[in-house]
Amino acid sequence: MSRARYSTVARAVAWRTIHNFLHNPAFLVPSIIFPLFFFTAFAGGLSAISRAPGFDFPTGYTAFQFVFVLLQSAAFGGVFTGFGIARDFESGFARRFMITAPHRTAIIGGYALAAMTRALFTWTLLFAVALIAGMNVDGNGVDLFGLILLAMIVNIAATLWAGGMAMRFRTIQAGPLMQIPVFLVLFLSPVYVPLDLLSGWIHALATVNPATALLDAGRGFISGDPVKVALAFAAGLGLALAFSLWAVRGLRSAEAAGS
Amino acid sequence: MSRSPLLIQVGQLARRSVLRTLRQPGQIVPSLVFPIFLLAVNSGGLKAATNLPGFPTHSYLTFALAIPFMQGALFSVMNAGTDLARDIETGFLNRLALTPLRGTALLTGLLAGVMVLGLLQAGTFLLVGWAAGAGFAAGVPGVLVIVALSLVMTLGFGAIGLFAALRTGSGEAVQGLFPVFFVFLFLSSMSLPRNLIQTDWFREIATYNPVSYLVEGVRSLLVTGWDGEALALGFGIAAAVAVVGMTAASVALRSRLVRT
Repeated sequence: MSRARYSTVARAVAWRTIHNFLHNPAFLVPSIIFPLFFFTAFAGGLSAISRAPGFDFPTGYTAFQFVFVLLQSAAFGGVFTGFGIARDFESGFARRFMITAPHRTAIIGGYALAAMTRALFTWTLLFAVALIAGMNVDGNGVDLFGLILLAMIVNIAATLWAGGMAMRFRTIQAGPLMQIPVFLVLFLSPVYVPLDLLSGWIHALATVNPATALLDAGRGFISGDPVKVALAFAAGLGLALAFSLWAVRGLRSAEAAGS
Repeated sequence: MSRSPLLIQVGQLARRSVLRTLRQPGQIVPSLVFPIFLLAVNSGGLKAATNLPGFPTHSYLTFALAIPFMQGALFSVMNAGTDLARDIETGFLNRLALTPLRGTALLTGLLAGVMVLGLLQAGTFLLVGWAAGAGFAAGVPGVLVIVALSLVMTLGFGAIGLFAALRTGSGEAVQGLFPVFFVFLFLSSMSLPRNLIQTDWFREIATYNPVSYLVEGVRSLLVTGWDGEALALGFGIAAAVAVVGMTAASVALRSRLVRT
């Protein structure tokens, strides 16, 4: 009974968020265009980098960049969902959710479900464009499942991070606070070349950045040579767990504020 | 001897525009921090590109230092446009329309804020580049030319921001232009010289993309020294953007005041 109510609330929140996403071009278009654009700009414009001495990724630069763009779209899909949560608080809609939901954590679950659905929609298009552009995939079905699972965990972690921020500030003006840390973490990793080809301060930061393990594992999956899998999943799940606590505390803060 | 009314009008509006810009950290900070952050990330992440045969310099930082100037100019679209859109939304432009203010005075004055910010950006980017060890092949005179080119670019893109604000009357719509302009930046010779871009269609787009020539104009002074062709193309395109932007903004202003 209790579980049924939880899933009813989560599905209702998710349905509304997905409906808004699919019916409002202002939400839909950037979610699709940005990953495709970054993929085009990085894979197309920088492919010569793969000829640099020491660059060793036989599957090709398109696949190398595809993994970054996939994980980036996973993370930003979560951030955009956080924008939606903040908008719901601003408009007062979240207050109605809070009044009607017997299990308020189900609201967070609903937003996370919506973020995953959005991400799957974007990734389908991204995969199609990448394959049309001639991307090589050397990994098998299990490897690709691992890649998608990893991206899904990143998406959930980012949604919980941005959601926690949105529920604390309850205004879309907190958008930069949701977005900038994600942007920093993603770009302070081996975006353009493998970690070994980075040097100086960016190498030092990338070495300790959890996004590096996620990228390395993702690139390993697509090339059929999985590496750092346990580390990547541990990092991803660890972030998701930490941000779920962050999001629940954010929800409590919104409850205390009477939103 | 009294000043001409046009100069007085431009001066008053310019003063308001400059003060308004300087009082908004939300405009200044991102337009300085974001380009410097991308410079740091790209110069670290793409250092391996200098090992490619034919790469024009051993310092990717020097190569990439041209990009913040272009990004700074792109920020002027948003800053100039958003300020004017706010004037439209709050009805300030309607009140100005009741005065004998000339259209040219209004547009020129409104660009003063972004020009001052453009100067601040150029100075900051040059200082950061110098402190980080970038090369300046054309020396001190080259630095002055970089500042001049950067200001013409800021003027041109700021005028486009005014045009967008006058056409739409909405700050949100002006903000929505930001990603569009970033598409132009990313599909240019921003990260690699055009002759080293190996994807044919991308190289073709970068060749037709005017942003490539603006970046290459600044870059030539940092990497090559004095390259007349790169500078002529850079200044020519920046001036063309400014003329087209100001003309479009003037026409849009006339049409908005008629509607009002």
